[in-house]
Amino acid sequence: MNIAHSPHAHAPVSIGKVMATVLLALTPATLFGFWLYGWPAVNLWAVSLIAAIVGEAFVLRLQNRKVRTVIMDGSGILTAWLLALSLPPYAPWWIAVLGSLFAVIIGKQVFGGLGQNVFNPAMAARVMLLISFPLEMTTWVAPAQAPGLLESLRITFLSQPIDGMASASLLGHVKTEFTRGIGLDQALTGYYAPMDMLWGSRAGSLGETAAVLLLIGGLFLIARRIITWHAPFAMLLGVAVPALLFNAIDANHYAGPMVHVLSGGLMLGAFFIITDPVTSPNTALGQFIFGLSCGLLTWIIRTWGGYPEGVAFAVLLMNAVTPIIDQYVKPRIYGRDRKGVALPAKKGT
Amino acid sequence: MKLFDLRGGVHPEGRKDLSVGRHIRVLPLPEKLFVPLQQHIGAPAVPVVNIGDHVLKGQLIATAQGAVSSSIHAPTSGTIVALGDHVAPHPSGLPVPTITLESDGADKWIATQTVDDPFALTPEDIAARVGAAGIVGLGGATFPAALKLNLSRNSGVLTLIINGGECEPYLTCDDRIMRERAAEIIEGIRLIALAVAAQEVLVGIEDNKPEAIAAMQAAAQGSVVKVVTMPSMYPMGSEKQIIQVLTGKEIPAGGRPADIGVLVHNVATAFAVQQAIRYGRPLLSRIVTVSGGAIKTPCNVETLVGTPVRELIAFADGYAQAATRLVLGGPMMGQEFTDTNVPVVKGTSGVLALTAAEVGQAEASPCIRCATCVRACPVGLLPLEMAAHIRVSDLSGAVDLGLKDCIACGSCSYVCPAHIPLVHYFNYAKGDLAAQERSKLKQEATKKLADARNERMARIERERAEAAAKRKAAKEARERAAKEAAEKAASETV
Repeated sequence: MNIAHSPHAHAPVSIGKVMATVLLALTPATLFGFWLYGWPAVNLWAVSLIAAIVGEAFVLRLQNRKVRTVIMDGSGILTAWLLALSLPPYAPWWIAVLGSLFAVIIGKQVFGGLGQNVFNPAMAARVMLLISFPLEMTTWVAPAQAPGLLESLRITFLSQPIDGMASASLLGHVKTEFTRGIGLDQALTGYYAPMDMLWGSRAGSLGETAAVLLLIGGLFLIARRIITWHAPFAMLLGVAVPALLFNAIDANHYAGPMVHVLSGGLMLGAFFIITDPVTSPNTALGQFIFGLSCGLLTWIIRTWGGYPEGVAFAVLLMNAVTPIIDQYVKPRIYGRDRKGVALPAKKGT
Repeated sequence: MKLFDLRGGVHPEGRKDLSVGRHIRVLPLPEKLFVPLQQHIGAPAVPVVNIGDHVLKGQLIATAQGAVSSSIHAPTSGTIVALGDHVAPHPSGLPVPTITLESDGADKWIATQTVDDPFALTPEDIAARVGAAGIVGLGGATFPAALKLNLSRNSGVLTLIINGGECEPYLTCDDRIMRERAAEIIEGIRLIALAVAAQEVLVGIEDNKPEAIAAMQAAAQGSVVKVVTMPSMYPMGSEKQIIQVLTGKEIPAGGRPADIGVLVHNVATAFAVQQAIRYGRPLLSRIVTVSGGAIKTPCNVETLVGTPVRELIAFADGYAQAATRLVLGGPMMGQEFTDTNVPVVKGTSGVLALTAAEVGQAEASPCIRCATCVRACPVGLLPLEMAAHIRVSDLSGAVDLGLKDCIACGSCSYVCPAHIPLVHYFNYAKGDLAAQERSKLKQEATKKLADARNERMARIERERAEAAAKRKAAKEARERAAKEAAEKAASETV
C-alpha cells in the first residue's frame, strides 16, 4: 500500500515546462541570429544540440539511468542552446561538438547530473573553448553576409576561410585600438551605432547581439515567474554604474554605460546565464549580490583584463562563490531575529 | 483596518465553488457510531460506560484524563455495543480504542441546562462549561478549548482573533456556518471574549467569502466584534499567519500566541461554545464539507461525531468517477485514508474524493535549486536546503536551518516543479527527531537508575565494611580486656 503525504494538490508545473518556457524565451533572439548570420549559424546551433543529446544519452547509458526521462527534461538541450548562442556564428562544427560534450558531460553529468553542478555548464564550456582555441573563438563576421546553404556547409564543416567577411566585435576592436594607443572617441567612430547595437545588427556571438529581443525574452521569464528581476537587473547595474562613473572621469578611456550594456554577451548573460537556478544563490538578496558581483567583475575584466569580454569568466568566478553567499544570506525565520534567536515574548503593542 | 504583510504563500486553485452554494443539511441518523477516545491533542479520554449501557444523546461516555485532554459525549441515544478497536482516521488506518454506539433511532437528549443570560456567568464558569462540553479547536488542531481559555485568562489577552480564513481549497464548512449561523457565532465570540477579558476582538475572513463577511458584519453590528477582510492566500488561516496579518506580531519561536497576548479560535469553535454555554449542549457534531472532483453532489453536512465516512459519501450521491485519492481535511494539509469506515471526528473539516487530475501527482525529479519553495515558504525557511540535509540523514543540519519552525503547510511541495515531496521529508525528519529524543530520555533515565544502583551497592558495601571493622574492634577490645583481667588476676594470685 502506498500512502501519499499531503499536499494532495499540485501547481501545474514541471521541470520540463520550466525548461520549455526558457527555450521559448530564447527563440526570438535565436531566430534573429539565424537571420543575421545566415545558414552557418543554423548549422552550428543544430550541431550543438545534437552533440549534447547524443553525448548525454551516452553517459546516461553508462550510468544505467533512464535516458529518455533525463533528455526530455530539456536541461541538456537548454545548455547546448545557450552555448551555441555564445559561439562565433562561423565557428567550425568541432567547436560546437567539443563544447556541447564538455558542457553536458564534464560540466554537468560528472557532478551528478541536473541540479548538482557547481559551474554553469554552458559558460564552463565556452571558457574551455576560448582558452583552448582562441583563434576560432574570436573570429567574428560582419552581419548580414548571407552565404548560401552550400557555402554555409563549407564554412561550418570544412572550416573554409571566410575572406572579406571577417570583422571584430566592438569590445575586441576597442581593446585592440587601446593597444595601439588610440582613444575611445576615435575607436568608436564607425563602430558604435546605438540603434544597431540595440537591435543587434553587429558582429558578435550567434545569439548575444539582439539586446532588445533578449530583454523581451527575459521580461517574459520574469512575468512567468521562472526567474526574478534581482539577478539580471543587478548585473546590468553592476556594469552600468562603474561604466557611468569612470566614463564621467575620462570619457576617452572608459566606455559609457550604454556601450557596455549593449555589447558583448551581457544581455544574454544577465537574463539567461546568471539566472540558471542550479548555479546561483537561492534567496532574492543572494541573487542580487550575485548579479551585482557578476556585473562588476564583467566590467573589470572588460576594462583592465586581457580578454575583451568577461561575462563567462565573471559568471564562473561567482558560481564558485554561490555556496558562500547561500551560507550567509538566509531569510529571517518567522518568530526569530536575523541571528536565529527566538523573538522575546512581549504583551505590549 | 490596516493589514500587515505576510511573506511567501501560494494561491492554489480554490475549487470551493463545488460545494459553497449548498446549504448545510443534517445527515440522517447513522445506525452505528464509532467514537474514538482520542479526538484531540493530549491524553485519550477514559470510558465511563460499559457494554450494554443505554445512553442518552449528550451523555458523558468518556472523561478527560490528565492536564491536556477532552471529554467525549454520546452523539445520539442508543446502546453501547463495543469498547474496542476501530479503524482510525489516520493514514495508517490502524485500529484505535473506540466506543461503538448503536443508535436507538429516538435521538433523545439528556436533560440539558439552559442559561438565559450567559453574559452573567463568570469567566471561570464559562471555561469550565466549555471544558465539560468537550470542545476542541475545530479548525483542525483539536487543542482542548477550555485549556486555551484558562491559559489566556491567566496571561492576559490583548487581541482575540477568530479565524474565518478557511484558506484550504475545497473546504466551505466555515464559509457556510458563517453565512447561516452568524448570530450564534457572534454570541460565542462574545462569550470567549468575556472568558478571557479580551481588549480587542477581530474576525478575519478571506475576501473570497463576501457573503460570509456580509452575514458576520450584520451580526456583529453594535458589538465589540470587528470583522476584517483579509486577502485570499494560502496559508492565511494558519494561526501564525493570521496573527501576523492582523496584528503585525509574530509568535516567538517555540512559543504560544499567549506569549504576545493573542488568542486564536476558529469560527466553528465559537459556534460550539455558544451552543454549550447557552443550551448546555456538548460538542456532538460538526459541519463537514464533502467535495472533490470524484464526488457526484458536493455538499456541506452537519455530521455526528463517529459517523463512518462512507455515509457522507453516500449522502453526496456517491462517486461521479473513480477517486484516485480520499482525503480527510483539506488537500493542502489533510490526510489520505483508504478505508471508508473511518469515523468523522471533532477535527474532520472535510471528506474529499479527488481525481488524478486534481491531485496532479508526478514522479519526483532532481532539485534544480530554483528556490520557488523559498519564495513560497510563509515561515522564511529554505525547504530545498533542509530536504538536501534530510536526504543524507543530517537531521541536526536540517534543525539548524529551522526544521522545527516548519508549519507543514505544504506550500513548498505544492509549487515544486520537480514534484519533490518536501513536507514528507520534513515530517519524516520531525518524527525521527522525536523518536531520537524519546530514546535519549530513556537512556538518560536508565543511566540515572544504574548510577543510583551503583551508589546504593557501594553504600551497602561501605556500611558492611564499617560494621565488620566495628565488630572486629569490639572483639579485640573484649579480648584485650579479658587478657588484662587474666593478667591482673594472675598477678594478684602471685
